Amino acid sequence: MPQYANIAVSILFDGLAYAMFLFITSVGLSVTMGLMNFVNLAHGAFAMIGGYVVVSLTRSYGVGFVPSLIIAAVLVALISVRFERRLYRRFYRATDLEQVLLTIGLAFMAIATFTYFYGPIPKSVPLPDWLQGSVNLGFRSFPAYRVFMIAVGAALIAVLWYGFERTNVGAMVRAAVDNRRMAESIGINVDRLFTLTFALGSGLAALGGGLAIQLLGLNPNFALLYLVLFLIVVAVGGLGSLKGTLLAALVLGIIDTGGKYLLADAGGFFIYAVTVIVLLLKPAGFYGRE
Amino acid sequence: MRILRWLGLTALALAVGGTAQAASVKVGVVLPFSGANADLGHQIDKAFDLYVKLHAKDIAPNKVEIIKRDEGPPTGAVAKRVTTELITNDKVQLVTGFVFSPSAIALAPVITQAKVPMVIANAGTAWITNLSPYIVRLSFSMWDPAYPMGGYAYNKIGCKTAAVAYTDFPPGKDSIEAFETGYKKAGGKVTLTIPMGSPVQVPDFTPFLQRVKDAHPDCLYAFVPSGAHATGIMKAYGELGLRKAGIKLIGPMDLIPDNKLQDMGDAAIGTIVMGHYAVDLDSPANKKFKEEWHKAYGADSYPDFMSAAGWDTMHAIFDTINKLHGNLSDGMKVVDAMKGWSAVGPRGPVKIDPATRDIVQNEHVMEVYRKPDGKLGERILDTVKDVKDECKVLKIGRCGK
Repeated sequence: MPQYANIAVSILFDGLAYAMFLFITSVGLSVTMGLMNFVNLAHGAFAMIGGYVVVSLTRSYGVGFVPSLIIAAVLVALISVRFERRLYRRFYRATDLEQVLLTIGLAFMAIATFTYFYGPIPKSVPLPDWLQGSVNLGFRSFPAYRVFMIAVGAALIAVLWYGFERTNVGAMVRAAVDNRRMAESIGINVDRLFTLTFALGSGLAALGGGLAIQLLGLNPNFALLYLVLFLIVVAVGGLGSLKGTLLAALVLGIIDTGGKYLLADAGGFFIYAVTVIVLLLKPAGFYGRE
Repeated sequence: MRILRWLGLTALALAVGGTAQAASVKVGVVLPFSGANADLGHQIDKAFDLYVKLHAKDIAPNKVEIIKRDEGPPTGAVAKRVTTELITNDKVQLVTGFVFSPSAIALAPVITQAKVPMVIANAGTAWITNLSPYIVRLSFSMWDPAYPMGGYAYNKIGCKTAAVAYTDFPPGKDSIEAFETGYKKAGGKVTLTIPMGSPVQVPDFTPFLQRVKDAHPDCLYAFVPSGAHATGIMKAYGELGLRKAGIKLIGPMDLIPDNKLQDMGDAAIGTIVMGHYAVDLDSPANKKFKEEWHKAYGADSYPDFMSAAGWDTMHAIFDTINKLHGNLSDGMKVVDAMKGWSAVGPRGPVKIDPATRDIVQNEHVMEVYRKPDGKLGERILDTVKDVKDECKVLKIGRCGK
């Protein structure tokens, strides 16, 4: 294969894997922000907690990596329901500033708590043999774990797309994002809908956190370190839009990877440049409501 | 009655006399306790606490009073604020710690003006010690491991061509410059130079290393902070199969911190680093140090090169307190007392060069291998004795000022 084609494949492949992480972790944030206008900066904390659940299950209880991911997602989804019902609910009518202060405070508390119990040393997770090494796809080989990430991401996109576009619940969510008062007045229980999507979003964040351990390492600060990235994906994609979040994750993931590969000296410049350009042209993001 | 009164007076006299002789030395400790690199702070903090616990009796009747502050992120701003507060509000007589070079660089003018000595337990950018006559460094200069590694890599490891990759902040640039200076002198050729983002956030290392793989040099010399970055780059290195592609991973010891080595897995095996400490270093002083460490912090906790430097740092401070009989009010006298200090610590023989106020120590070439008990370990391939900061010897760039 010619050199430039090889480079292009590398960038697309690595960018795709990175984009899947961004998508899985951000999609919940986008939907909850679109639905309730609720700014949940503790979203990264749910991802971090998911990561630690995976670490504990695999290391201390000998559970396999893939089952651990699923358990982490379900567990964090259940925990987040408690949070939503008991705490977040009181703040839906509060100002943005109050929401931001509350949720960032929660993120700090989560960091401190997990540092206390797990210590600040980055954790890693034992992978099954079939996720280590590389997969040969004929023309070249790819790291198995990234192939797995892309597969998980693709499967999730299919499921979410079907759920959003083809089911009743999905239609209700879309209706509520578009016009909450109208949706309520035709009898949709938006509160319950929100609890559901909040749990789903937090569960997906936990899954993303678990998947990211192998990619980025995990320490309690994960809750805040990548929050900016998630927020960028949400803003560029447009609040509450599944399509937008996916497109934003793909564009940002691939451009960031390409920038690092081709022009490492520019550092993280590209991801921010793209953000600025997109938001200048489309202030509400790719698929946001103007 | 009379006897009682005499007894009382004597007791009073003793008490007054006692306080007049015994001084309590206030030491400010500034280490990162929060953020992505909090574990680096803890590695040094544990060594400090351990030394103070075991050796408090050595400075009796004097005492140390340790005041700890959070160094914050590797930008220097938080460190500058908290250290200034330590000096002006808490009136500490000496500040120590400092994991990050930007902290030490930002603080140099402050301590010069305040005339308070700064005893560095980690920050390794070579020219830091030139910034103030009140700086003494017990840890290392980035040049200590990186410069000798240049020659060794070309002559012994067989790196005819090399890619260099680094986290983009002062110590990273320093480490690369030192390696390249030694490497080019020996005849090596650097084919690719890649900055890998900031120390604040751990990036996805894959695109950087994919580029190295495509360029196909004999060796990759990498500098990353020894926290989550080190684990991250090792994962990417293993995942992309660089070793199978024939690209050897070399670097300073920051690549394989002892407390994270076990987590790195097979990817780390075969990595060759230059460094002044490894848990597996075979010496009576290190054996004792490890024993005390495991006793205090458990069998799964390991000291690393930062802990070893932290131990020596507190040792030097304690020796200075004794030398000056607890009177550390004159900053210049404290620095003078530390010049020429020497000891045998966990790292081996260490000494403060009186001319540069920087450390002189042995550097070892170490290779990661799987030990018979299944754990990963480091074996010593070679040792370079009494390494000085070559940057200041050669007067390169800011080291010459």
